[in-house]
Amino acid sequence: MQVIDLYTIRLTVNGVAVERSIEPRMLLSDFLRHELNLTGTHVGCEHGSCGACTILMDGAAVRACIMFAVQADGHALTTVEGLSADPDKLHPLQAAFRETHALQCGYCTPGFLMTLVPFLEENPQPDEAAIRDVLSGNICRCTGYQNIVDAVLLAARK
Amino acid sequence: MATRYFGQPIKRNEDPRLLTGQALFTDDVHLPGMLHVAFYRSPYAHARIKSIDTSAAAAMPGVVAIYTATDLGDYWQPGPLLVPPPPVKDIVFNPRMQVPLARDKVRFVGEPVAVVVAASRYQAEDAAEQIFMDVELLPAIVDLEAALAPDAARVHDDLDANVNAHVIQRKGDYEQAAAQADVVIRRKLHYDRGTAAAMENRGIVVDWDARNQQMTVWDTTQAPIPIRNGLAAMLGLSEKQVRVIAPFIGGGFGPKIMMFYQEEVLLPWIAMRLNRPVKWIEDRQENFYATTQERGQVHWAEMALTRDGKILGVKDVFLHDAGAYAPYGLTVALNSQCTLLGQYDVANYTSEFTSVFTNKPIVTPYRGAGRQHGVFVMERLLDIAAKELGIDKVEIRTRNFIAPEKFPYTNEIIYQDFAPLTYDSGNYLPAMQKAVALIDYARFIAEEQPRLRAEGKHVGLGIVTYVEGTGIGPYEGAKVTVEASGRVSVATGIGTQGQGHFTSFAQIVADQLGVAPENVRLVTGDTSEFYWGAGTFASRGAVVAGNAINAAALAVRKKILKKASDELEVDEADLELVDGTVSVVGSPQTAIKLGDLAVRANPMRGAVKPGTEPGLEATDYFGPERGATASGVHAMIVEVDPETLLVAIKRYVVVHDCGRVINPMILEGQIHGGVAQGIGNAFYEQLAFDENGQLLNASFMDYLLPTSDTVPRIETDHVETPSPLNPLGIKGAGEAGAIPVGPLFAQAIEDALHGVELEILEIPLSPSRLYELVQAAKAS
Repeated sequence: MQVIDLYTIRLTVNGVAVERSIEPRMLLSDFLRHELNLTGTHVGCEHGSCGACTILMDGAAVRACIMFAVQADGHALTTVEGLSADPDKLHPLQAAFRETHALQCGYCTPGFLMTLVPFLEENPQPDEAAIRDVLSGNICRCTGYQNIVDAVLLAARK
Repeated sequence: MATRYFGQPIKRNEDPRLLTGQALFTDDVHLPGMLHVAFYRSPYAHARIKSIDTSAAAAMPGVVAIYTATDLGDYWQPGPLLVPPPPVKDIVFNPRMQVPLARDKVRFVGEPVAVVVAASRYQAEDAAEQIFMDVELLPAIVDLEAALAPDAARVHDDLDANVNAHVIQRKGDYEQAAAQADVVIRRKLHYDRGTAAAMENRGIVVDWDARNQQMTVWDTTQAPIPIRNGLAAMLGLSEKQVRVIAPFIGGGFGPKIMMFYQEEVLLPWIAMRLNRPVKWIEDRQENFYATTQERGQVHWAEMALTRDGKILGVKDVFLHDAGAYAPYGLTVALNSQCTLLGQYDVANYTSEFTSVFTNKPIVTPYRGAGRQHGVFVMERLLDIAAKELGIDKVEIRTRNFIAPEKFPYTNEIIYQDFAPLTYDSGNYLPAMQKAVALIDYARFIAEEQPRLRAEGKHVGLGIVTYVEGTGIGPYEGAKVTVEASGRVSVATGIGTQGQGHFTSFAQIVADQLGVAPENVRLVTGDTSEFYWGAGTFASRGAVVAGNAINAAALAVRKKILKKASDELEVDEADLELVDGTVSVVGSPQTAIKLGDLAVRANPMRGAVKPGTEPGLEATDYFGPERGATASGVHAMIVEVDPETLLVAIKRYVVVHDCGRVINPMILEGQIHGGVAQGIGNAFYEQLAFDENGQLLNASFMDYLLPTSDTVPRIETDHVETPSPLNPLGIKGAGEAGAIPVGPLFAQAIEDALHGVELEILEIPLSPSRLYELVQAAKAS
């Protein structure tokens, strides 16, 4: 029987130090979801085109489904649970999404949130065109995007 | 009923969990000892299976079991026919349902052939790649017209032809009407396939507890109760032994409905056989083959009119692509047939369709469910007639509207709920007038368009109408309970896929019981919480489950009033339900908290009187006699780039009538999302099958979904014509946004490219297809 070497990785996820031994081929999305049980990160296409699995690595938005977990070794990750995992204490962007009805089934939502966090840090007062441009890499099948755009405008005002 | 919350844009109860990653989706279920499943699927569209070699796969690391059709024994059965044939005279109906694993033949690319169970998903997929199937290739049936050629290969060997069904329905006498017409318009029109592409792929997790003889199934289904019933029957279990949970679902749009997907049949069987929990999660590429699709039809249609644009009759003959199997009966084709006449008063109609088997993925309803095609045909014929007769496109429509005094209006033919097609209510002219005003129709035609054309811009306006049959039976039910905490729990049988049921249903209960919507906890999609029901489809959740919940809440309200009247020794008429309490009107000091009253209604001592029940709880059901017909108008202004044929939407207007509105915020969201899917269907999305039945664009890299830079801001307005068919007066709204976008694009683009003699008779379009059409028009 073929034996696959395991690699030990050490990283920070939502501020917590994590050490695990994993197969080198394990996708980062599977590592987060199935090893760490951070199931808020969703998988929509497994080829990097829908954006549902977007997380932050060292503060930048990356797609967890087209990275191996070993590539995150030594890095700091933030998932949607790192914004706020407490339904009673929403992050301002999460609150803005609720306020403008920017989610329906909610499956793509964590990826949108994590795409927007670094965008709003770099562009605190974006206009609609800039928002639509940054959102164009994430697919939502329910909302038609309009209320997501409005959520970003609202979050930027606050 | 006081309507404090009904009609208000209440923020959604379900959002905090979804926004923080705390909502349970099927793939989030992790069980100790769980095994993972992957499928070997047919790489051929049509072939006879000679042998299947699983020996190399069985030797792969982590593999626990591999099954092919022969391993299933008597469990191998074609799936059930979900919808029987309609009661139409002289119908031809040849049902052929999908099988759990292909046995003698494969009939579409992606059809499951073997199933691998392994310790991890990675290992299961590795092993599935080592399965080899030897076949005799057969000609693939791809094109609808070629499928009916006398010498065509047969998808199902036991049939004489690739005919799933043949149906003719008539209202009046079209031939006689056509003989009296001043003009008859005849065209051939195409509508091609797309996929729903819910962001969450399908998945199923099954836990068989052998000691307890209980099965728990987490399934991405829109209809958990029918799945429970079907699985129990297939597995020889009591329905009480099977609990199906449809947790949060990442979009449904139709294809997640109860067709008994092969995986849904196989995973429970595997869990019992191995006595281990098992999980299968579809990947995106699989979703392009294994999940059902919709939209392929070819129409030969004609419309007979008088010189002044009055429609005398319509005749339509069409082919409907059923795919390789047809578990869902004739719902989609019947919807096309029955939605075609739309908002127009047409005395004579003949419609004939043939549902055709092809070697392509299975067709079942997808948001709109056949209505798109009918609307496309009708609206296109009207546009062509308007041009030919020199009548304004709004004018030809309003001249033919069903007058408000004619409701209920019958089209006589049999609808998908098997009742004669009757519109319950409607008022079409005000919606059209609102749309015309919103899009500033007259000024655009008279001033804006000429000015922009003078600047060299290619701008055009489209305006189309549609109806949507919604809220069909058979029934839904609900149980409403006041708990000791004062919170109210509501259980209903339908599943939820983002429609906001946790909120809109809470609003209905909140009004009946005088509590805040956030204190109403809703459970949907768990068969252990509610036993009876059909599911979420056909824009029926709010109408049918909503009215069932209203009825159950009303029954609880009566129990509260009765109990409080006994406790306070006052007449029921003197009581009011406010802020989670019941009190004598004008005497707040008499208030009893509903939770306390619930405790008193369930005493530890004393006796519950004969003829009464403990607690403050009630179950009730609602079944409408027939569907409620919603309607609307879409209008849009586009600018077309004459070089690239890219279409930019400048304005998009929707005026919609779905009766009384429970939550306008949620309704707007449904419209926005529907329009976005309609835009994709009209201009971006097309499943490209080659002549061998191979899908050439099975990824999000190649199959274009609308994105934030292609979907415009959508301006909405409403007309409210309540439905007389249910106490809340509501009609469904889930599919409306998606229905009329195809003909809207066609009309607006033709208007924008006014110098070109272009007639668009097909959907989907794309910039490249539009380029071909423009070149052909210029050449002729």
